[in-house]
This record gives sequence, structure tokens and C-alpha cells, in this order.
Amino acid sequence: MNWLMAIVQTGLFVILAPLLTGWIKWCKCRLQNRRAPSLLQPYRDLWKLTHKQPVVAEQASWLFIITPYVIFSAMILAASTVPLIAVDLPTSASADVIVLVGFFALARFFQALAGLDIGTAFGGMGSSREMTISSLAEPAMLMAVFTLTMAASTTNLSFAIGFVLDQGIVLRPSFVFALFALILIAIAETGRIPVDNPATHLELTMIHEAMILEYSGRHLALIEWASEVKLMLYGVLIANIFFPWGIAQQFTWSALGDALLSIVAKLMLLALFLALSETLFAKMRLFRVQEYLSFAYLLGLLGLLSHIILEVSR
Amino acid sequence: MILALAYSAVMLSFLSGLLALSMRQRKMLSRLWQYILGKYPNVPQAWRQNLNDSLTEQLYPMRLQQLVFLLLGISGLLALLAGLSVLLAQNSITDQINIGLPWLHWHVRFDGLSGLFFAIIGIAVIAVSLYGPGYVKNNDEQQHPFAVLGLFSGLFVAGMLLVLLADDAFFFMIAWELMSVTSYFLVAFQHEHSANRRAAFLYLIMAEVGAIAIILGFGVLAGYSEDFSFTFTAMRAAQLSPTWATIAFLLALLGFGMKAGLVPIHVWLPEAHPVAPSHISALMSGVMLKVAVYGLIRFTYDLLGDVQWQWGLVVLVVGAVSSVLGVLYALMQHNLKRLLAYHSVENIGIIFIGLGLSLIFISNGHEHIGVVALIAALFHTLNHALFKSLLFLGAGSILQQTHETDIEHMGGLIRNMPKTSVLFLIGCMAISALPPLNGFVSEWLTFQAALQADVLESGVLRSLIPVSAAALTLAAALAAACFVKVYGTIFLGLPRSRHCAKAQEVEGKGMPAGMGLLAGLCFILGIFPGFVIHLLNNVSGQLLGKTLSNDAVAGWIWLAPVSMHQASYAAPFVLLAIVLAGGVSFWYLRRDPAMALRHAEPWDCGFGGLTPRMQYTSTAFSMPIRRIFAKVWHIEEKIDIEKQGAMDQQVTDIHYQLHVDDVSWLRIYPPIERTVNRTARVVGRIQTGNIRVYLADSFATLIFLLWVIS
Repeated sequence: MNWLMAIVQTGLFVILAPLLTGWIKWCKCRLQNRRAPSLLQPYRDLWKLTHKQPVVAEQASWLFIITPYVIFSAMILAASTVPLIAVDLPTSASADVIVLVGFFALARFFQALAGLDIGTAFGGMGSSREMTISSLAEPAMLMAVFTLTMAASTTNLSFAIGFVLDQGIVLRPSFVFALFALILIAIAETGRIPVDNPATHLELTMIHEAMILEYSGRHLALIEWASEVKLMLYGVLIANIFFPWGIAQQFTWSALGDALLSIVAKLMLLALFLALSETLFAKMRLFRVQEYLSFAYLLGLLGLLSHIILEVSR
Repeated sequence: MILALAYSAVMLSFLSGLLALSMRQRKMLSRLWQYILGKYPNVPQAWRQNLNDSLTEQLYPMRLQQLVFLLLGISGLLALLAGLSVLLAQNSITDQINIGLPWLHWHVRFDGLSGLFFAIIGIAVIAVSLYGPGYVKNNDEQQHPFAVLGLFSGLFVAGMLLVLLADDAFFFMIAWELMSVTSYFLVAFQHEHSANRRAAFLYLIMAEVGAIAIILGFGVLAGYSEDFSFTFTAMRAAQLSPTWATIAFLLALLGFGMKAGLVPIHVWLPEAHPVAPSHISALMSGVMLKVAVYGLIRFTYDLLGDVQWQWGLVVLVVGAVSSVLGVLYALMQHNLKRLLAYHSVENIGIIFIGLGLSLIFISNGHEHIGVVALIAALFHTLNHALFKSLLFLGAGSILQQTHETDIEHMGGLIRNMPKTSVLFLIGCMAISALPPLNGFVSEWLTFQAALQADVLESGVLRSLIPVSAAALTLAAALAAACFVKVYGTIFLGLPRSRHCAKAQEVEGKGMPAGMGLLAGLCFILGIFPGFVIHLLNNVSGQLLGKTLSNDAVAGWIWLAPVSMHQASYAAPFVLLAIVLAGGVSFWYLRRDPAMALRHAEPWDCGFGGLTPRMQYTSTAFSMPIRRIFAKVWHIEEKIDIEKQGAMDQQVTDIHYQLHVDDVSWLRIYPPIERTVNRTARVVGRIQTGNIRVYLADSFATLIFLLWVIS
């Protein structure tokens, strides 16, 4: 039953991810006084891409071909470890939150390698920038995560969320810091404004798009889908760790239904905030990103220290 | 029996060294063979044929090299067997060899800790001896005689094995010096370049300074032991005052840290490792540094015994600094082997983070967490030996096929060297700590130990430990960036030089087999870490008298060092899921034959013709990181623009120069050098060169000493 639940939940993750992207686009369009595409547009794009013949550069190696599959499966694995609608997942035990960060690193490693494979200038540029940003974002992310895991004294996400639920509504200063740190990192890691712009192919500003410039057809579809899943993963992490209320603790139909509704509502709200901030702020220069990320790291560190100093009772 | 295995491993490596000496003795051996044939005419025909062939001028060098490496390989195999059997038997075997000083025979002790490092050396030596024959085959015998290489390789391996067997300080130091001095000759092997001689000399100086510190450390222990004995048994029993224990510990940290390559005493490492032949670099970086780790563990946990948390703090901070600085320096390198050497500094830092955590937890009375940290450190020691040897062997293959050491001149090798590229990729993934490979498991364990910081009393420690864990994350993330750079510039893209464009896959089966063995182990240990942890648990049981709780090590699928509720990792499931998800999407999306790939030229912005010069170079790749962490290096950047024409509007030439240097060369060593020179000048004054003055000095000293004694 638990394993079945884990598989269903992973499926939901993968299927709902494009919808979230559609919703963000819709919100952004409305906020910027443009006519919005349908919410289902990302699905149509994926469908179109999977039914096109992929074109691959002549000098591409086998690494270039397998990379989309590696990225996609790493993201599915990552999705399977994060509780979406129910806690107590067996998959969160087989891979805890540090492994989750490891999956992100695996996907990124291959993505950056594929960017270098063709030998164009854009690919290398994107890979270099992506690895720079991620090597600053990863420590900050783990700082935020450590705050949670030290408070819950477990790195298993299911148990950690269970711990937050059991505690009830307590205002923990450490969690406030960690929340803001995680939001900043989520924006950087999923390539949103102000760190990267997912909608641009302007050569000087591209990061993520520069790496995947040579991909087409089903390969591009897989990469796009994986980054949609990644965006949703960060959303769910923020929503379910810091505001877990509504998530199902028993596997009854009503509890699961409520959980689904609540996570959808939470994600819609988060996405609205993201759209709002993307409308309000402009993209930063590349060498401002370090300041942004060290601020995130500082927040994570403050969260950890306030947990250690203020909250550990002995 | 187990000890016999260990002894024969040592003897065989000696023997392989001695055998290599007969490289120039073909004529004599040939005559000897004829003589034997004359004496015993009924030698079987097959043997006769075979040996006659081997003694011909063309075949003799190759056959001898194979034989030398075969002996070395068997020695490695025996070392592996001996190590594993003592680990499984969970006992310690003691013995005495009747050589050495009259009152101090060589004491031998073979226990779990030695067994683990025996096994590590064994694996690396097996891989190197599979790889070696193919690598040295094309050496120029006049310039780089194999006799020297083989002799010192054999002695080097024997020295490392003997260090692990030693049970008294005297024997330990002799073996240690055997290891250091033979490796000096190996570093100086290609001595025709002055840079190599300089590197070797630097290595020798630092090795000897380190050895002096170790001797002093042993001296402190011996001073407190019963009857000033130098046996480890007496040292274990010695009761040191906390201050002297700390002094002994700091001396040991300096001595062993110098060999292991901790920042800032790492400077010999990036100089010495690149200039040795690649299979020797693999042994030096993969294994010799581990012997230093062994020395520190033996000295601290076993001989000193009662550890203090301040030591743990020092080790933790030094480890964290080494790991971050090591990887940052590595990022700026474009000589492949030098880059790998800096990564050794990083990985030694990670091992020391684990050791520091375990010291802190143990001295605060939380042994069960200290065990986790110790096991993490030992596991990372094993892992680093595997993937760093693999990467150095890969670097050797690349060097042999392209004759390039600078990665800025490489590129596109994935098409020319398919086998090497796959094996090297596995090494890169393992060292970048990516799941599901082995490097990830040990870093995961280190994180798990660090996250238990909550249990400590001291607030400072509680907040420092997570910060050190963050340093570990930074190091891991930067390592991933660095190896994307390495793999991307060497194997991907377009070839940047003619050598690379014409490079071919290595010949023969030996070289890929040696690398394949290590790569396979990286993979297997990543998927089934349970077996190794079971073995490491035995080591910890012998060393600390504490092991992980039963359920933590019971399963071969689950890894749960503290308890299932706190943290768990199941690598087989992860592998299964990744294969399943990747496989299904692969199969599903490619089922339609009409949708096969179409190959076309890449987009070149409409200007026509991508050239290799348009690609990102390794310097360009690491430029953002260089700018962000600019304070860490000493950077000299110079751009010369030559202009021409009216108002200097036409740019004819642009020259770009970049030098990135290790800061410790500029900040730490010049003051030491100045002090040494000044002292030497002062001392030099009494050296007048006049024999009467010397005699007077000796007489005065004699009188003074007599006065002191009486």
C-alpha cells in the first residue's frame, strides 16, 4: 500500500508539474496585461516536442544523447522522495533529503557536460555559469535543510514533515530564516528571475537555456519536463516543510482528497508570489548573483544558529 | 597464516623490485640459461622454447616488465587477502622479527586497522600492475631505465606495507623512511627537467621535516612510557599529562599532515605528483597519503588513547580549510595531474573532517556518533584511494596517447578513446560525490555524523560543526564544477590540438583492465556500501571498543548509521529506480522508427564554421569562480592590446596572460625561508674553517657537558 502510494504520488508530481508552469505563465501574463495562453499550453508543447524528429549535431557524442534521460530520471527520483500529498513514504526512507540534493547535483552534472559536448560557445558559457551558481547555492540550500533536519533530528523528509505537524503551530525563528533562505535558493536553482530568465534566448544573459540550446525533439521535451518537475519540487518543499497542514497522515480517501486540494492551493499561491516577484524585479547582472546567494547562505546560517542558541533545550 | 600472507606480500614486492634490476643483465641471464640447459638437458620443450624467446633482445624487456608487474600484482593480491582476512577474523596478530637494534627487535602487529589499509594498498597495487606494463612499454630505456623505476616501485610498495605492520617506533620510522625516500627517487625519475628535480627536492625536504615531527611525537610518548621503551605496547600504557599529550598530538598532526597534504603544508603535493610517472602518481596520491592518515589514526586513537575535544576541533578546522582551499586551487589548474593532486588535498580534508568529528564526539562521551564519523572517514579513505587512482591512471592513458599534460590543448577525446572516456567519467562522478557512486556514500555518512551536533553540550561546537558541514558541501559542489570542467575540456567538444585529433584508444587489455577494476569497485561500493561498513565496523570495534548498533549494519540494502528513524539510504533502490525511469522513457520515446535521430551541423549563428577556438576553455570555464573567490589566490592578469592606424583605432593583436598562484607560497614559506637563512648565517660565524678553533670548541663542549653531568 505504501509503495503503491509512493508510485501514485510520484506520478502525480510528474503529471502536475507542467500545469504549475502553465499557471505561473498565466499569472505573469495577466499581471503584465498580456493575453494568457491556456493553462494546458505546456502539455501541448511537450506533446509537440515528443512527436518531432530530434536533430542532433554531427559531433555529438553518446553523452549528449543519454543526458536527457539521466536528467529526467534523476528528477523523477527526486520527486519520489518528497512527500506531496501523504507523509510516511517508503521512498523517503530510501533516499533522504541529502540524497535529494545529490539527485539535483547528478542532473546538473550531466546537463553541464552536455552543454560542453557540441563545442559551441553558448553551451560552455551556460555550463560555466550554471556550475558557478549551483556551487554557491548548494551550501546555502543545505544550511536551510540542516536547520530543519536538526530541529526534527531526522533527514528523512516524511518524518521531518510529520515532526512539524506534531508540533502544531509554533513560531520558530529558525524556520523563518530557513524559509526565506530556501525561497531565495529555489529561485536561483530553478533559473527564475532575478537570477536567470526562463523566457529569454538573449545570448549574454542565458544560463539554463544556453546549455540546452542544441537540444530538440524528445530530448528537449524531457529536459523541459524535468525542469518543470524541479520547479514544482522546490515549490512542494517550501509548501510542505514550512506549511505542512493539510497533508494526509492516513491513507483514507477523504484525507488524500483534502491533501491534494490543499497542496494545489498552496502551490497556486506560491506560484502567484513567484509571478508577482518576476513581474516586479528585473534580472540581476551575473556577478551580482554571488551577493544574492551569499545572502541566502547567511539566512540559512542565521537559521541554524538561532536553532542552536534559542531552541535547543537542555 | 594471515601474517604469512602479509609477509609474503612484502617479500614479493621486494622481489619485484630486485627483479627489475636485471633489466640490463640479459646477456648474463642468457648465458646462465645456456649453462642450465647444458647441465639439465631434459627441460620440457615448451619451457625451453618460451624462455629462449624471452631472452631474445626484442622480447626480453617486455617480458621482464610483465614479470615485474606480475610479481607486484601478486603482492597486491596477497596484501588484499591478508587485509580482508584479518578484518573478518577480527583479531590482532603480533610477532617479532629478529632484526633491528639488539635491545629492540622489530615488533609486528597486524590488526583490523592495518588490515583495512593493507586491503586499500592491495587493490591499488593490483590495478597499477594491470595497468603498468602497457604504460611503461614505450619508455626510452636509455633515458628512463626501467630498472630504476621497477626497483623503487617495489621498494615503495614494500615500505608502505611495512609501515602498516610496525608495532614499535623504530621499525615504523625505518619503514616510513623507506616509503619516503623511494618515492623521492620515483618523483625524480624523469630528472632531465630541472622543474622535476626541484619538485623532488622539495618533496624530500618536506618529507624529512615531517618525519622529524613524527619522531619527536614518538619521543614524547616514549618518554612517558615504562623504561623508555619504543614499542607501541609501552606507549599505549603510558600515562601522559594532558599538556604533553596535546604536544605529542600536535607533532603527529604536523608530521602526518605534511605527508597527507593538509593546507598549508600541502605545497609539495601539487609539485611532486604531476612529475612522477602516472601509475606512480596513482600510488602516491591514492595510497601513500592514506598511509599518513593511517599513521595519524594509529597515533591518536590507539597510542594516545584518551582524546581531547580540542584536538578534534583543530582537525575539523584544518580539514574544512583544506577541503575548500584544495578544490579552489584545483579549479584554477589546467595541468591535469596537478589538478588531480590538488583534489587529493581536498579529499584528505574531507577525511580529516570525518576524523575531527569523531574525535569531538568521542571525547564528549558520544561514542556511538563518533563511530559513525570514524567509519565515514575510513570509508572516504577507501573511496578516495579507488577513484583517485582511477583518475591518475586515466590521466596516464591520456598523456600516453596525446602527449599533452595541459587540458587547454585537449578536447573531443570521447570519440577517439571510448573506453577510457567511460572509465574516466565514472571516476569524475565518484569524486564529485554524485549518487549512486561511492564518493556520495562517504560524504553522506559524514553529513549524518555532523547533523548529530545537537547532542553536544558546548554551544560553540554545536554551531561550528554545521558550518564545517557547509564547508564540506561547498567543497563537494565546487568539485563537481571542477570535474565538469575537466571532463568537458578533455573529452567533449572539438579537439584543440592536432595530437588530440589524432589520438587513439590505448592498446592492449591491461590498461583498461586496471582502470576498469577501480571503476567497477567505485560502482559496487556505491551500490552496496553495507559490506564495507560491516568491515569498517570491525575496525572501529577493535580501535574504540565501540561499534554501530546492530540494525545499522544488518541489511545490505539499507544504510542507516544512527537509526532508521533518523536517516537512511538505500542505494540499490535508487539504482533500480534510475534504471527503470531512464529505461522506460528511453524505450517509450524511441519506439517509433520514423523518429530516429537526424544529424546536422550545429547552429553557428550564421557565420559559418565552428572552430575549436570558439569553445570555452578551462580557464574561461572557471573564470566566474575565479572572480567570486578572488582573494584566495594570487592572481596576475595582464592584457596587452596592440593598436595601429590613425587614432589607434585598429586593434592588431591582443595578448592575454594569466598566472594563478598558491597563496601559501607567498605568505607562509618566504618568512620561514628568511628565518632559516638568517639562522644559518649566525651559525656560520663559528665555522671559521680553522681546525684549532674547532678543537677548542669541542674541548669547551666536552668540559661543559662533563660539568652538567657531574
